[in-house]
Order: sequence, then structure tokens, then C-alpha cells
Amino acid sequence: MNDMNPSGWRPKMGGEPGGDAPGETFTGNRGLQLEEPLIFELGRMDGCGVDFDDDPGEPMAGLEKHLRGAPVAVPGLSEPETVRHYTRLSRQNYAIDLGIFPLGSCTMKHNPRLDERVARMPGFADVHPLQPQDTVRGALDVINQLAGWLIDLTGMHGVAMAPKAGAHGELCGLLCIRAALEARGDAREVVLVPESAHGTNPATAAFAGYRVESIPGTADGRVDVAALEARLGPDVAAVMITNPNTCGLFERDLKRIADAVHAAGGFVYCDGANFNAIVGKVRPGDLGVDAMHINLHKTFSTPHGGGGPGSGPVVLSEALSPYGPLPFTAKGADGVVHLVEEEDAKAMGHAHAFGRMAAFHGQMGMFTRALAYILSHGADGLRQVAEDAVLNANYVLRSLEGVLDAPYGSSGPCMHEALFSDDGLAQGFSTLDIAKGLIDEGFHPMTVYFPLVVHGAMLVEPTETESRAGLDQFIGALRSLAERARAGDEALKAAPVLAPRRRLDETQAARKPRLAWRGDRE
Amino acid sequence: MRYLPLNDADRAEMLGVVGATNIDALFADVPAEFLQPGPIEGLPNHASEMAVERHMAALSARNLSAGSVPFFLGAGSYRHHIPASVDHLIQRGEFLTAYTPYQPEIAQGTLQVLFEFQTQVARLFGTDIANASMYDGSTACWEAVAMAGRITRRKGALLSSGVHPHYAETVRTMARFTGDAVRHTAPDLSAVPDDAAIIGGISDQTSCVVVQYPDVLGRLPDLAAIAEAAHDKGALLIAVVTEPVALGLVESPGALGADIVVGEGQALGVGLQFGGPYLGLFGCREKFVRQMPGRLCGETVDAAGKRGYVLTLSTREQHIRREKATSNICTNAGLCALAFSIHLTLLGGEGLSRMARLGHDRARQAAARLSAIPGVSILNDAWVNEFTVLLPVDARPVVRTLSERGVLGGVALGRLYPDEAGLSHGLLVATSECTTREDIEALATALEEVLA
Repeated sequence: MNDMNPSGWRPKMGGEPGGDAPGETFTGNRGLQLEEPLIFELGRMDGCGVDFDDDPGEPMAGLEKHLRGAPVAVPGLSEPETVRHYTRLSRQNYAIDLGIFPLGSCTMKHNPRLDERVARMPGFADVHPLQPQDTVRGALDVINQLAGWLIDLTGMHGVAMAPKAGAHGELCGLLCIRAALEARGDAREVVLVPESAHGTNPATAAFAGYRVESIPGTADGRVDVAALEARLGPDVAAVMITNPNTCGLFERDLKRIADAVHAAGGFVYCDGANFNAIVGKVRPGDLGVDAMHINLHKTFSTPHGGGGPGSGPVVLSEALSPYGPLPFTAKGADGVVHLVEEEDAKAMGHAHAFGRMAAFHGQMGMFTRALAYILSHGADGLRQVAEDAVLNANYVLRSLEGVLDAPYGSSGPCMHEALFSDDGLAQGFSTLDIAKGLIDEGFHPMTVYFPLVVHGAMLVEPTETESRAGLDQFIGALRSLAERARAGDEALKAAPVLAPRRRLDETQAARKPRLAWRGDRE
Repeated sequence: MRYLPLNDADRAEMLGVVGATNIDALFADVPAEFLQPGPIEGLPNHASEMAVERHMAALSARNLSAGSVPFFLGAGSYRHHIPASVDHLIQRGEFLTAYTPYQPEIAQGTLQVLFEFQTQVARLFGTDIANASMYDGSTACWEAVAMAGRITRRKGALLSSGVHPHYAETVRTMARFTGDAVRHTAPDLSAVPDDAAIIGGISDQTSCVVVQYPDVLGRLPDLAAIAEAAHDKGALLIAVVTEPVALGLVESPGALGADIVVGEGQALGVGLQFGGPYLGLFGCREKFVRQMPGRLCGETVDAAGKRGYVLTLSTREQHIRREKATSNICTNAGLCALAFSIHLTLLGGEGLSRMARLGHDRARQAAARLSAIPGVSILNDAWVNEFTVLLPVDARPVVRTLSERGVLGGVALGRLYPDEAGLSHGLLVATSECTTREDIEALATALEEVLA
């Protein structure tokens, strides 16, 4: 098969050399800003960057009819080519190691390298999920210690460690609620979700088999409590609420809402994506929450790796704890932490578990990182985390008031994130122009166009690991961009012009999807 | 508090800018009765890097790591040698500490990796396309069943008895809440996969047939025959691959007629990690792309005409479609996908083939040696790198006793099927290129002594 690029490395970049951009080069590189072909254009189909100790024999008799005719058609690169390919690609990424990553509601903070070292200890990284329990006591202790901290910090009763991401945790929480309702013979059909909720919330409720109804917000950016209370009834299984919410505000009336929901026989699910704003300061259990997922990568800073993995343990109230999924850890009468699987669930008083939501025991590699992070901060440090995160967000909010429109600026302090809108920019200028302008200034943009309830939303979350000097520089850049937009500086609409790529054509990507390299067939 | 850059002077000045008298003024929206007056009680205060490392090292030392002993566990999680450059490259901060590529102009590194990954997975599985990874194999399996329901508008899923029981339980858990009917039974200890039973069970109500390949006992079902039977009844064939290295040796499921292929990518680059994070692989026919769950990366051009990559077809996703989305997933296993992709790039098709043949060779040696032990026999008549050993006694206590002797000797089927007495004598044994002759001899010797 000949589907390599015969010239070896020169990329087909689409653009013609010698275009109008200044400094056009033969290679497409610009100094240290490097272009990199695909592995399919670099590697040979018979290449290999791994040496093996000996030669395999012929496959056994009986396997002939299953054998493949030719090797899988993926190229192999030598070790130096591989290292260089991925290193060059890495330089086309923004990352928290390079600067502030102010994605509101996504929460990107410093990732300590101690946590990486810990996760790679052989007793954690190199143990199999089905080893005999006596050979993994330390790993089970990690799960149990982390679980205990999560329960203490949230003031809850139990925790399900199995969910593999925040949205998976939402699903876990709703399945616990559904199982608890079924156990009392109560077939409720509706989940109420406020307008300002994460998009995963309605999707999760639908996947758990519920009909979703939306609850409006108030003019000051919170849930309309009267509208919510008016909708409660015997058909409502749960209310899904985010607190602090996606407008960056604390839902002052959550306890009142929870009491009303409980009186109506339903449960309260809290989206815990923003727990970093209140960790150590407020325990959601005190507010009447029945289930809440905790994104370990957000509050406890496990690295997100360009999209994941995540980890979403779900803390549970006493009413829901018996319904959590298998497997889980529990301390037995012998004082030893056990892994409770199907075989032991009944014996451990957990007969109501709703089953498995994934193979194995959750994101162990994230648990070790989160535990190391929590131990590093301690009870005093975690409280400081919330305070500094909230202080930094309010500093950004107040420093930019009068420069950017802040729709809830008069609704009181924000929590961990500051919300702005595109109101007040000149005609024809949008949030996107500000965001792309930030790229040329060397920053990752904030979250844009979310929450949906605010026109042209810009949601800035600095987090506690940004210094004041760093914030001042970021604020200065935003102020400059807002002033350029207000002054009608047309050049801003072309931003970014200094990044590895200009604005990308997302419409073409969706209209004519090219999801795999087909260079050998064209 | 080494991770916090602000000092008390910064805090005081910033409070002044904000116009607050003290920090709790910023928590004014929290009703006073719910504000904790001080650090949460019962928990220790912050600790130095050295102290945390010591604590975690002590916990790590209480585990028997796979690399330190003769090791033969599989059953959905496989140990392979991971080249040093894989871990080095995924630890580069620009990959490790990047978020989801929402701003493609400054995330081309992650996006190009995802595009390459999608192409690699599609070629490995023999499908037209693949997505940019999911949580793990078991959840990908459920998502495939849900997707087949959307495509066929049917609610009946038929799972072969060779599907990993944890995968089947995951599907059954989710189906319980969505109203799908799932049929799955435990396997018989037979050398023959349940192909005939599956083909006989397909009806015009069946949305999909789910077949693991190789199956949980290490057997190889006839996917082509099952695909034909499924298609005759308007059902889709979903193939499940828990050991992708096996595809270096045997034909890809897509080439045999599977409509959707899902799998666990942990075996390449990711490592055992006590069960997670792992890597969900998901490929399918191109015509199903708009029913596919998870993230997709697509090729496009920028304003200057240069080739570039973006996340695309997001109108299927939860942040746009809300309750009508194709899944509720809001993330992918990006870093694990990167590790997988680097490892596969180092191997290439040739290296993968050689790695699979080495693991197979070790399995042949192990099977030959173990079957020489009195009372012990081998179930399978063909396998790749995992097979089922039949013992004269319950395998669970045998595995525990072996571990006390420093041998991690396999997965007892009783661990996977606690309610199936008929399977209790079965022991799943997996090998790989890491397995040495000494390891095999150590297992056989220990097993002889335990059974004596």
C-alpha cells in the first residue's frame, strides 16, 4: 500500500506558497512556529519505532480462518520521528502551564506535578482492577480516604466513586433518585431544570428516562423560586440545580427550594461543577442537597488533557446512599476497607444498589491525584482556595465594570466567575471578536456564549492559582480589546492573526465532514 | 499553601479594589447559618510535598504491582509494555494541562492528534469513521446499544453470552432506565462460542446484536455469519473489542460486517491503573455519523486557506440539543487517546502485528505448559492472547493462594460470575509480549503445588 506522502515530510497545506502574508516560507514554518504534517504523511506503512526481544512463531492451527490478510493500515514512525511529531504538535496548544485559562464553568487551575508523580507510583499505575483484594489494600485505602474527605467537605452521607466524568456523575445521581423512587413504588416522570443549567443536565435527565421541563430565571440571575414552587407536584422526581450557578451567583434560596421539593416528595440534584467556589466554606448537605457530582479535575485539579479524562464522584444524602452503584468500598467490621462487588453487596447491607454503570471501579488514576491535591491543601488550604477563587473573580468583575457590560454586576458579589455581555460594543462587533483578540494578546479566551440566558455572554473564571500581577495583565488586555471594539477598530474582526491558525471554517467542517484521513484514496 | 500565589497584602489590596471590608463580605449571598466558621473539622491541615509523597508512597507500597511478579490477568484490562516516550510526551504541559479545544486556533495540537486518532481507530476497527474517544469500553458499549435503538427505532438488544459481564451489566443498568429490553446470559464452558444461539435469537424486534471479539472466554465468534443474520432481520451488529492488540492478528470487525465497533483502548499506552481512567473506542459506518455519541474532530481550512482541525457536528451534542442530544457526554478521554495514538504510532501496523503474535506465542506456550498439569485442561481450540483454563477446583481460592506465593495467576471466572456455579472452575489466563518463559514456569509450578 502506497499511502505515504512521497516527498516525506512536506505538508499539503491548502494555501499556495508565496501568498500575501508577510514572511511566507518554503516549509510553512515561521521561525519557531512550526507546521506539522499528519502521521499518515510522515510515516511508512512498514515502519516501526519499537524493538521486540524475539521473533514470534507462526499462529496456532485453528486460527487460520480468523487471521487478517495484511497488517492494520496505520503508519509506524521511528522513536525520534515520533517524539518530534508530538512535541511539535504540542507547541500548537494553549495550556494552563502557559498562562491563565479563564474558561468559566470549566475551571482550569494549576496542575501540580506532585500529583503526576504520585499517580505513576507502581502500586497505583500498575495494578489490575481484578487482582485479589489482599494485593490492593493501599489502592482501596486511597478510594476510601478520598471518599471520606468528599463526604466531610460536602456534609453528605455517602459517595459513589464509580462515575467517570461530571456528566456521568449526573447520570449516576439521577439513577439513584430513580431507584429510590421505584423502591417506594413512586413512578414520577418529570425533572425540572432551570434555564441557566449546564446543557448536560437536560440531556442527562432525558437519558435517565425523564421528561424535562425548564424553569425560568429571575432578573438578578437566579432561579425563579416562585415559578419552581408552583410547578412542584406528585409527578416531579427531581430538580436539577447548579450552585453556585452558571451566572456565577450563589443560589441564596437553595435551602428553601430543597425543603419545598422534599415536601413534594422529590429530590434535589445539585450540579457540583462549581464546588471550587465554596469548598471548605459551605457544605451542600446543609442546604438540603440529595446528590451532587464533584468534577475532580475542577475542584481538585486533576489534569484535563485536552478534553479528559474527568472523574465525577457523586455525594449522596442518607435517603439516596443505599441506592448507589456497584462496586464501592466500605470498611468492614474488621476495620479493613473492602471492595464491594455483586457477590458481597447483600452481605454489606447494600441490597438496593442499582447495578454497574461502568466496568471496574472508577477513575483510580484521578483519585490518587485528587487525594494528593487535597492532602497538600488540607482543611485550611481548601478554605483558602474558595476564598482566593472568589476574590480573584470579584477583582476581575469590579476592574472591568464600566468597560464591559456586567449584566448581574449589581446583583451582589459574584462567586468564582465573572459574567459579562457584548452589550455596549460597537455595532457589528461581538463577543467572538473579543475572544479572538485575546488569542493575539497571548491568552486563552474566556467561555463565550454561555450561559445561554445572557446575550453574547463572556464568562471569566480566573481561579485561585492566578497571581494579582497575572490578573492585572489579563484585565488590561480585555480593557484594550473592549476599547478597540467600542472604537470600531475593524482589524479586530480579523483576529487572530498571530496564532498558528486564523479563524477556522466551522461551517465547512460540518457541511462536508472529513473525519478521517483519506489521502490514499483521493 | 504552595499552590496559591496571593499573599495577605495582595488580598487586602484586592479587597479594597473590590470594595469589600473582608472576605466573607464576598460570601454575603450565603445565608450566615450555612457558612462554616472555620476549617472543616476532623481533617488535617495542609502538608508539604515531601509529606504527601511519603503518605502516598506508603499506600502504593501496600499494593502488589503487576510488573513486580509473574502476571496473567486480563478480562477486559491488559498489561503491555508502554514505550518510555509515550509517558514522556503525554506529560508535556501543553498536552497534559490543556482543556477541551473550544478555541481551535490555539488548540491545533490536540485537534490534530484527535484527527489522527480517529483515523487510526477507524483503520484498526475496519469502520469508515471513529469518534474522538469516550470514557471506556463498557460505557461505549452502552452508547452503541442506545445508538442502534435510535437508528432502527427498536428497543431489543441481544447480547451474546461472550460479552464481558461488566459490559453486559452496564448495558442492563442503563437499559433499565430507558425501557430497552436486553437479553444476555452467562456463557457455557464450551469451546464453541454461542453463534448459533445468537443467530436463532434474532427477530424483527431486535435493534442490535452485540458480540465480543475475541469473547470473554477468549473464543473467536464468526462475526461474518452473525452480521449476515442480523442484517437479514434489519438489526445492526455491534462488535466489542476489549483487547485491541488482538486486532493485530485477526481480521477487523468492520471488514467482517459489523455496523458499529466499540472497544477498550487501555491496552495501548494507557496502562492498568486499577481500572481507570481508560479509553472508549467507537467506530461506525459513515451514514450513521449524526447518530453517533461523543466528540468528533473534523478537517477544515482557516481564513488564510491553511488546513486545520475543529470539533464538529456539535449539533448532536448536549450543549446545543439539550434533552434531544445523542448522549449526555460532555468530555472525552483526550489524554488517554493521546497515549493510545502515540503508542500505535510507534508500533505502526507492522509493530502491532508483531506484538499480537508475540502475545499469542506466549499464550501457546502457557497453554501447553498448564495443560500438562494433572487435572488441568484448556477450554479453547483457538485464541489470540487469552484463553480459559479448567481447574479441578473452584478457581477463586486458587487465585488468592497463588497471589500469596507472588504470582498473579489470572482472573477466576467466579469473580466475574459470582452466581454461576457452573463456571467456578474456570480461570482466564492472559499473556502479552511482557510474559517471559520464567513467568510461565513460575505460574505452572505454583499451580501444581496449589493443586497437589
